[in-house]
Amino acid sequence: MSLKSTLCAATALSLITATGAFAADPSATITIATVNNGDMIRMQGYTDKFTEDTGIAVEWVTLEENVLRQRVTTDITTKGGAFDIMTIGMYETPIWGSNGWLVPLDDLSEDYNVGDILPAMAGGLSHDGTLYAAPFYGESSMIMYRTDLMEAAGLEMPDAPTWDFIAEAAAAMTDRDADINGICLRGKAGWGEGGAFITAMSNSFGARWFDMDWNAQFDTEPWANTLTFYKNMMDASGPTGYATNGFNENLSLFNQGKCGMWIDATVAASFVTGDDSTVADSVGFALAPDTGLGKRSNWLWAWALAIPAGTQQEAEAKQFIEWATSTGYIDLVAENEGWANVPPGARTSLYENPNYQAVPFAQMTLDSILSADPNDSTVEPSPYVGIQFAAIPEFAGIATEVSQEFSAAYAGQQTIEEALEKAQAITNDAMEAAGYR
Amino acid sequence: MSRTVTKQRKMITTAAAWTIGLIIFFPIYWTILTSFKTEAQAINDPPLFFAFDWTLENYALVQERSDYMKFLWNSVIIAGGSTILGILVAIPAAWSMAFVPSKRTKDVLLWMLSTKMLPAVGVLYPISLIFVQFDLLDTRGGLVVVLMLINLPIIVWMLYTYFKEIPGEILEAARMDGATLKEEILYVLTPMAIPGIASTILLNFILAWNEAFWTLNLTAANAAPLTAFIASYSSPEGLFFAKLSAASTMAITPILILGWFSQKQLVRGLTFGAVK
Repeated sequence: MSLKSTLCAATALSLITATGAFAADPSATITIATVNNGDMIRMQGYTDKFTEDTGIAVEWVTLEENVLRQRVTTDITTKGGAFDIMTIGMYETPIWGSNGWLVPLDDLSEDYNVGDILPAMAGGLSHDGTLYAAPFYGESSMIMYRTDLMEAAGLEMPDAPTWDFIAEAAAAMTDRDADINGICLRGKAGWGEGGAFITAMSNSFGARWFDMDWNAQFDTEPWANTLTFYKNMMDASGPTGYATNGFNENLSLFNQGKCGMWIDATVAASFVTGDDSTVADSVGFALAPDTGLGKRSNWLWAWALAIPAGTQQEAEAKQFIEWATSTGYIDLVAENEGWANVPPGARTSLYENPNYQAVPFAQMTLDSILSADPNDSTVEPSPYVGIQFAAIPEFAGIATEVSQEFSAAYAGQQTIEEALEKAQAITNDAMEAAGYR
Repeated sequence: MSRTVTKQRKMITTAAAWTIGLIIFFPIYWTILTSFKTEAQAINDPPLFFAFDWTLENYALVQERSDYMKFLWNSVIIAGGSTILGILVAIPAAWSMAFVPSKRTKDVLLWMLSTKMLPAVGVLYPISLIFVQFDLLDTRGGLVVVLMLINLPIIVWMLYTYFKEIPGEILEAARMDGATLKEEILYVLTPMAIPGIASTILLNFILAWNEAFWTLNLTAANAAPLTAFIASYSSPEGLFFAKLSAASTMAITPILILGWFSQKQLVRGLTFGAVK
């Protein structure tokens, strides 16, 4: 009797409790899916202010970037409706916008001043001239280097260096006995990790993913030159195990004084000059390198807020987006946490503000963003939009596989020629299956 | 015939067991240790083992940013609910397979187990569409059902193995004494299989507690359990190792405590019938 009762009671209790939801007024609550990074977490801290001003409560679902991407993609394709606002990037926005999955942001208020959004960001977050996501912060990539090590090597970093100079400087700054690597770069497999870096780098070497007929281009000389240059330089001056290093690993090395140079997201500038860095006082910035072919190796990215079509709370969601991506929000953060901590790379007016101009990495961040054009990223013409990616739905899957082959080559598990051959086959097969060829 | 175990052999075996145990435990130990470091200390090279300024700052930050109790409660409900529901379905199923098997029983058992070999992502879209259709997205009820179905093959297999050890004559005797099928299962079979049922419950509770694919993909703000709590502190762009470690420590503590107190029961259940 007791066992039966216990089981029945426990089951009933668990099912009753399980089907219940936590109490909340749905008419005044919006749910936002976002990534876990410093600027987004900071925004969550100011949400109470938004609720106070508007009466709209906010529920946050914070996830790791790749988990978030899978979660929101599933939700939007199945019309799940779990989120009223999604944090997405420049890769997803034009694709989802063209599919009609996002609410167009073409009726934002005059006070919001859409024209103030940096043109490169607005362009990357639009489809056919319609804005589908508002940039919360934007980034490009640039060189962060140790001014003291550069000086000790007897070199001076130009504002816009070439890859040859970078390789020379990396060799000169490398001191294996002191555990200092001349250069730290991403090598980790993954389209958003090493894949993003090598694609952006390849642009400066004259490479491209596809020709105008969507044929893969990994069998061309520019790709061989890109990978050979990268591997030779990293083998000579990079850290041990660079084939598995991503953003965080390199940030960790740089902050501990173990990298002479690091080429990565401009958003890292505030980390390497922040409290956790042991080299904060001796960091300089320069544009990402080129080879004189007219394209630099910097990328362009924005984390932006978009509204999935079909949400029941479109008006409230728009209200939140206007608040979070406004100049008023920037002022709020600046007032409480200083200008170095405001979300960068989204608005022109921020870079015209004398207070922000005093931040050491502000101008270089802007110059990097302005030098990146997703609509014209390659030396030879290409059929896709995007710098470190091609904005087609198939790209993430293909680029993940290709970057795995490249990482295997960096690690010495195969030759560069073998990696490029496999990349060519993987890409052409996938494009054929998807009906592009 | 008993085998003589020399003192030397015993020492080697003990040392090997401890070494393997410590290797297995090391990631948990390192996570706990890192949770008491600052972010700068967490990435220090060489790694810091003890000589650092211990801090509770990460726990304070995690508490401030997240509603831990809400995630914990969801985990308890989802793991507990799916386990209880699974046991209720699996006991009659395992009884029939153990005591009144048909020609196809073994095939059915193998087929059930084969469903565990299917990559979860392969059925992500069908399950998501069903959830959307029945309005189950981000509900604990939906997750209870999904996790119960996912773990059901293991529950049935474990119970089947335990039930096979129980002589069928005892159940026959109960039937001769006038017990109905329900009474036979509830008052004769179940009490005799309590160690096996208990270890099955414990193991499946742990499996459901740790399940991270469905709990992340089918939840949002309301039903998200501790797996989502941990995922919210992971980031490929930014240093969150110490905070992530604090969140992980908070997420695994309840299950570690449960495992610690029930380890005897768990080991006894898992080795039940292993030695004849």
